[in-house]
Amino acid sequence: MAITISASDHAAPVAPRAARLSTPQVWGIVMVVPYLLVFLAFVVYPVCYGFWLARSPSNYVALAHDPIFARAAVNTLIFLVIGINVKMLIALFLSGFFVQSRSWIKWLSVIFILPWAVPSIPTILSVRFMLNPEWGMVNQLIFKFTGEDGPNWLNDPAVALSMAIGVHIWKSLPFWTLILMTGRLAISQDLFEAADVDGASWWQKFRFITWPSMQALYLTCTLLSMIWTLGDFNSVYLLTGGGPADLTHVLSTLGIRYLRLDQLNLAMASIVCAMPLVLPLVYFMMKRLSR
Amino acid sequence: MKLPTLRQTTTEARLLLIGIPVFIWTMIPIYHMFVFAISPKEDAFSGKLWPDHPTLHNFEIVFRQQHYFLRDFWVQFANSTVIAASVGALTLVIATSAAFAISRLRVPGGRIVLNLALFTYFIPAAFLAVPMYRTMGNYGLLNTSWALILAMVTIASPYAIWVLKQASDKLPVELDEAAVMDGATSLQIFRLVYIPLMMPSLVAIGTYAVLLAWNEYLYAFLLLSNDHDITLPVALGNFLSADDSPWELLMTTGFIYALPPAAIYYAFRRYMVGGLTAGAVKS
Repeated sequence: MAITISASDHAAPVAPRAARLSTPQVWGIVMVVPYLLVFLAFVVYPVCYGFWLARSPSNYVALAHDPIFARAAVNTLIFLVIGINVKMLIALFLSGFFVQSRSWIKWLSVIFILPWAVPSIPTILSVRFMLNPEWGMVNQLIFKFTGEDGPNWLNDPAVALSMAIGVHIWKSLPFWTLILMTGRLAISQDLFEAADVDGASWWQKFRFITWPSMQALYLTCTLLSMIWTLGDFNSVYLLTGGGPADLTHVLSTLGIRYLRLDQLNLAMASIVCAMPLVLPLVYFMMKRLSR
Repeated sequence: MKLPTLRQTTTEARLLLIGIPVFIWTMIPIYHMFVFAISPKEDAFSGKLWPDHPTLHNFEIVFRQQHYFLRDFWVQFANSTVIAASVGALTLVIATSAAFAISRLRVPGGRIVLNLALFTYFIPAAFLAVPMYRTMGNYGLLNTSWALILAMVTIASPYAIWVLKQASDKLPVELDEAAVMDGATSLQIFRLVYIPLMMPSLVAIGTYAVLLAWNEYLYAFLLLSNDHDITLPVALGNFLSADDSPWELLMTTGFIYALPPAAIYYAFRRYMVGGLTAGAVKS
């Protein structure tokens, strides 16, 4: 029975009347259509429309003459190169800490996930208030202990951008630690026991057992994190609003800034400028995930 | 009980030396928010680590909408809830049927659909926001809940399809074959075999979509603007427009806003960790 059914299923597509589909396949098409409609209406159309808006070279000339754009591009690179590497290194380190079997570490890991579980708006605003030069808790404490006024944290572009990176790390560190933990837990415990018998040091165990089995995962995580960080609007916008004097914008907040100034073509053009960075990353990730 | 050796003690001390800073780092912004929420107005700006007279008065003000910034609190809370629930439901329907069609029915071109979804998943959300805003305007959906719901479904469903497809591939083919032999139609297999077996993944994906929509700020603030339409995060952002905004009330509202997603996350943590991390990164 099963044989005849599967045989007729396979025969259907190659039958002379080529367009004949089996009933399950018709159902399959019906069930895929809702997503395809969403995709066409809210991904294909906006993206094509956006590129069409950004088609004129004059947009790019205007961007090149806008000092805020150049600054935002540099800030984005700083955000990516420093922010992500620091974050992933800490996550790699902490994943080793959280796989230790202690009951208090289990509890700590439950608390540690909080930044990921709570929405970013209230917590970022909380940090923003904490850093307020006059009434913020940080400067109040500095004044209490030293009798001097603390720095004006968010008024210095370099400090403000570092704080935004800090907020980004605070928010997404738990997620990446969790992912790297699953990588660590997948390594066979026998290897470490054998290494212990041979008297291997902590570093040797990391260098010759942990790292080789985790480096592919680590690279994937770093690249994926790069793509997501490019789209991280909240950390910068809610903490600094792009200020002081529009010096801490990154590409994602700059696009929205142009949008709010009703310069949609510039907004799209600035996003198109990020494509040489985004597309290779997306291509690489797709190759990796669709294996 | 045996006394710990020196070696064990130093190991514990080292672990604590990592654990304590991790705890402090994690808790500072949340604790700061909490202290503000239970501080009376006078205490809020004095930089105390614990208020002299902790009070729940701020919560009362928020719940009774007794402030200019909070006059639509309950409407906005309802907006957030309705939008999050709709996004969760719509994403589940769209993604589950697509994953079933691709993985179980082997629809022609399924591979391409999956890759398109994956591609969408990798477009940074803030980049898609710009053309999305204009598109919603062209469709005449701006300032309606549908704009935000559809935008969030667009963002949530690619990952949902991807995770659900991975999970369905793990179900044995023999199940479908047996059901076909018993004369089941595709829809019956979907309803009676597939959905029950996929429950854990469906819970994870539903939770993911609900949390994504509840937490979304950027799209909500671009697509909605009337005080009666906006969601809570946009209302929180609007506090910043005034110089004399009442921080203690903002932090109280933020605290209330952060509680449901945290509760949902911890309630479904079992499903989330297994279901989402497995699909997130396949090394």
